[in-house]
Amino acid sequence: MAMTIHVDIVSAEQEIFSGLAAAVFASAVEGEVGIYPRHTPMLTKLKPGEVRVLKDNGEEEQFYVSSGMLEVQPHVVTVLADTALRAADVDEAAALQAKQDAEKALHDKTDKRDFAEAQRELVEALAQLRAIERARKGKGR
Amino acid sequence: MASGKEIRTQIGSIKNTQKITSAMEMVAASKMRKAQDRMAATRPYSDKIYNVIQHLAFAHPEYKHPYLQDREETKRVGYIIVSSDRGLCGGLNNNLFKTVLRDIRAKSDKGMEVDVCTIGQKASSFFRRLPVNLVSQTAQLGDAPRAHDLIGTVKVMLDAYNEGRIDSLYLVFNEFVNTMTQEDKILRLLPAKPEKPSEELSHHWDYIYEPDAKDVLDDLLVRYIESQVYQGVVENIACEQASRMIAMKNATDNAGDLIDDLQLVYNKARQAAITQEISEIVAGAAAV
Repeated sequence: MAMTIHVDIVSAEQEIFSGLAAAVFASAVEGEVGIYPRHTPMLTKLKPGEVRVLKDNGEEEQFYVSSGMLEVQPHVVTVLADTALRAADVDEAAALQAKQDAEKALHDKTDKRDFAEAQRELVEALAQLRAIERARKGKGR
Repeated sequence: MASGKEIRTQIGSIKNTQKITSAMEMVAASKMRKAQDRMAATRPYSDKIYNVIQHLAFAHPEYKHPYLQDREETKRVGYIIVSSDRGLCGGLNNNLFKTVLRDIRAKSDKGMEVDVCTIGQKASSFFRRLPVNLVSQTAQLGDAPRAHDLIGTVKVMLDAYNEGRIDSLYLVFNEFVNTMTQEDKILRLLPAKPEKPSEELSHHWDYIYEPDAKDVLDDLLVRYIESQVYQGVVENIACEQASRMIAMKNATDNAGDLIDDLQLVYNKARQAAITQEISEIVAGAAAV
């Protein structure tokens, strides 16, 4: 039997995948990475995109993640997926919102969707589309 | 003694209250089950990220992250206090607030100042009245909060820590032990201190960081803190529902007792009225 690594893909709200794999492919910020068993320890950030898990029976599973972190230990790969796309300005906006809430505790909350949030949604939607397109091509083969 | 009709109305109104409390009990029971499932669903993430942080503590990075290092002096502490949005859940929130206040008092006796950040309506309306520095708040997260609803609140505190406005950060929430027991818990988030050494990782090694150590560690530790807070919030919701279920069960039982007592009083009053009527008739007949 080929060598395998244990792969865990989790997001803050649920476990997405857990099991053995022959290899894992993910889109890291510095480019596409492929992880095989006994990879050297690595810690990297992920871009919005897909994570592909090549299982030891040759099947491939795809998951879409909107950014996150990838940890590699020689026999364990952990993908910590974010549920929302993170960007400094979006975080900043959220922080500001929380502060304002505290200042005007009685102020009614009018929902303002700002530019940063719209942009975040756009990037996420594009990445999702890409993942779907790929999945479709894979089936056509 | 109250007349029969008065007591009957009273019994009727208590019965109505009892119907409401028993309905609330059932709703809370079903919500609690869902909250428990959610708690189980979020646990893998916080476990996994905790593992990564553990690994990290035994790597030998040339870059030491400030979140992992104790400050020499603690002048100001921050609290993130998690509470429920709604009341009618027994002493859950009040017990938690009492514990926090005791802790805050102990800290301020040592000359430390306190910043507070609240999650949940009850905490915000409680701490607004107190002379503490309320820096941020979030409320109305609902039964199924999303992780990104908390990003803002957490970031306010992390920024404060980064800028040296607070020197350590605590998370306060109710821990779900089982349906009958919820424990208030004060957990130190920053500086983060991993505990147990593991043998397989004790040799000298380090990660490859992409793009670079500072960037990656920044992101990772922020997520670690957020996942801890999120787990706290999810647990607190399970606690709230469990506590509400118990409180409503007690209320239903008490209403039942009250109805029994009143029924007894009512029967006695009715009997007394009948007896009186008979004796009046008998007396009347004797007079004739």
